[in-house]
Amino acid sequence: MHNKRTPPSIKRPHIKSVETRYFEERDSLFRGLQRLDRRTFMKVSAGAAAAAAASGVSHHFHSFLPINVAGATEDTARQPFTFAYISDSHLYIKKTNERFIRQLLRAVDDVNAMDPQPDFVLYGGDLAQLGRKEELDLGAQVLKSLKAPVHMMVGEHDWFFDMGHRWNELFGPENYSFNHKGVHFVVLMSVHEKDFWTARGMTPAERMHTVAGLDNAVQSAFEVGAPERAWLKKDLEKVPTTTPIIVFSHSPLYKLYRPWNFWTDDAEDVQAILQRFDHVTVLHGHTHQVLTNRIGNIQFHGMLSTAWPWPYAPQGLPALTVQMNRPNPFDPNDGLGDGSANVHPDGLVDKVYSLWNRNPTEVKASYLSSDGAQDRPVIPTLASY
Amino acid sequence: MKNTPWLALALVTLPLVTLAAPALADGPSSSANPPATLSGSKVVKLCDNKTTVEVSNDTPKTPDEGKKIADALMAQWESKHPDNKWVAEEVEAHQVVPPEDNVKLVGTGQSSTYGAVSAQDVKVWNTETYKEAVYGSSVFHSGDELGSEIAVSCDMCHPRAANTHPETYPKFQPQLGRVALLRDMINWCIEHPVRGKVLAPDDPKMRALESYILAQRKGVPLDYGKR
Repeated sequence: MHNKRTPPSIKRPHIKSVETRYFEERDSLFRGLQRLDRRTFMKVSAGAAAAAAASGVSHHFHSFLPINVAGATEDTARQPFTFAYISDSHLYIKKTNERFIRQLLRAVDDVNAMDPQPDFVLYGGDLAQLGRKEELDLGAQVLKSLKAPVHMMVGEHDWFFDMGHRWNELFGPENYSFNHKGVHFVVLMSVHEKDFWTARGMTPAERMHTVAGLDNAVQSAFEVGAPERAWLKKDLEKVPTTTPIIVFSHSPLYKLYRPWNFWTDDAEDVQAILQRFDHVTVLHGHTHQVLTNRIGNIQFHGMLSTAWPWPYAPQGLPALTVQMNRPNPFDPNDGLGDGSANVHPDGLVDKVYSLWNRNPTEVKASYLSSDGAQDRPVIPTLASY
Repeated sequence: MKNTPWLALALVTLPLVTLAAPALADGPSSSANPPATLSGSKVVKLCDNKTTVEVSNDTPKTPDEGKKIADALMAQWESKHPDNKWVAEEVEAHQVVPPEDNVKLVGTGQSSTYGAVSAQDVKVWNTETYKEAVYGSSVFHSGDELGSEIAVSCDMCHPRAANTHPETYPKFQPQLGRVALLRDMINWCIEHPVRGKVLAPDDPKMRALESYILAQRKGVPLDYGKR
């Protein structure tokens, strides 16, 4: 159960048109340029020109490719890349509720329309609303139409009806890791709960229904749990501290607000395991909102939901969070969306929240690294109160 | 459905002892009294006018025996109403802010009894008020109670009624084309995101929803018109 296995993904041959490749190169040029000061740029350009001349391949002069490589001068092994995310779709079966299905389809269309395509898509958990086989199957079916490969993460709504049975059948193990372009990715099941159901004689449906209520106080706190922490420790054992780590967890891996389980009970223990790495980024679902935090070397970003937005917690909001607009109830899909993450060569992440019907919000790694001094995201006009 | 148990419970808890005592007395039976059975024992009826126990005529007329009759009636009633603990169950699952306790008023002023406010008065005010808010919580958290066609309930966007800001009504809502009260927004949400049937302004569920939402914002100053 806790072995490192090949991550579940939807494989398809990766064929890119000339046009796509051109725009990809152009894009990484501009991204590369943003990172270079003038002197480095001259050096890099000269080097690139010389390299191109030496290789005798003249068409490289008209390509953006040399600069692309130059963009990774800090660490030649790594290149910037982008991955997309979709999260918290909370699907019921079609007969019960077709609205949430339409909203997930909208997110799939958004991601499929990304040009260039992201390297992969992270699904952030809570694919189903009540953990039923039919709901999970439906979700798997919809996600198959994504063009890019998909990495799945589990949420509590997928889990507590059959304790992950169907989810595992469809998508494989709930804890796994993989490497991509020099970054070590870890997908962590963080929504285990201590048994509150046996003593109460609850049926699986009652257990699921209890967990499905965000403000239901009968349930326990989310936790990664000792076996998963041991797995994580082992997984990271041989990873050098200079390797950037990106962790996907459904619950935020810190303690924000216990009554809504915006919370991971053993967060400190998990953070301690991640402490020795230079750069760690955690992307989490569950909170359905723009949410930003930094604890030491770890940067945290929330993900948007496609189903419904959550309000901000009345207490415990991290100081670095610039809230998204209070969703307008008269605007059916306000506060919802999907998004992407632009990964720098150093492994830090600029997080993009693509809010439907609004301008996208970008929370840059530099904003977090500078403790809010630089690149502050735009402050919304309609704050929560 | 939720209404019946309160009513019965309220009636049962207070007059039970007084009911049991005259039933045991040998005085002339009025037309309201339950009839004697053929065997000569008496039928004692609970104040719900349905639940009964038979008491033999030679039962000693002691408080202990009276208590036994009362317990037998209550046990029957409880088995017929398995959800009679709904207040405790709802509060365990969903925190509901309790109302002002008013204990400082005990012994002062006038109450409905034309004497000083008693501890009993304060308790009744508190229990009844809280119950209304708790009933509201159970509607708020249930797509079925709200009549949702798509299994959506209020708490999905408003856990613990967050972001409902009832203190800001009335305010002009251009989308509704008029000044909206809290109940107008509740009905808007029931009709659109929840996809249920709108409630009449005095519908018990509407009154309960308003009670719950306002209860959760206890202590927040009124600020009508705020956006």
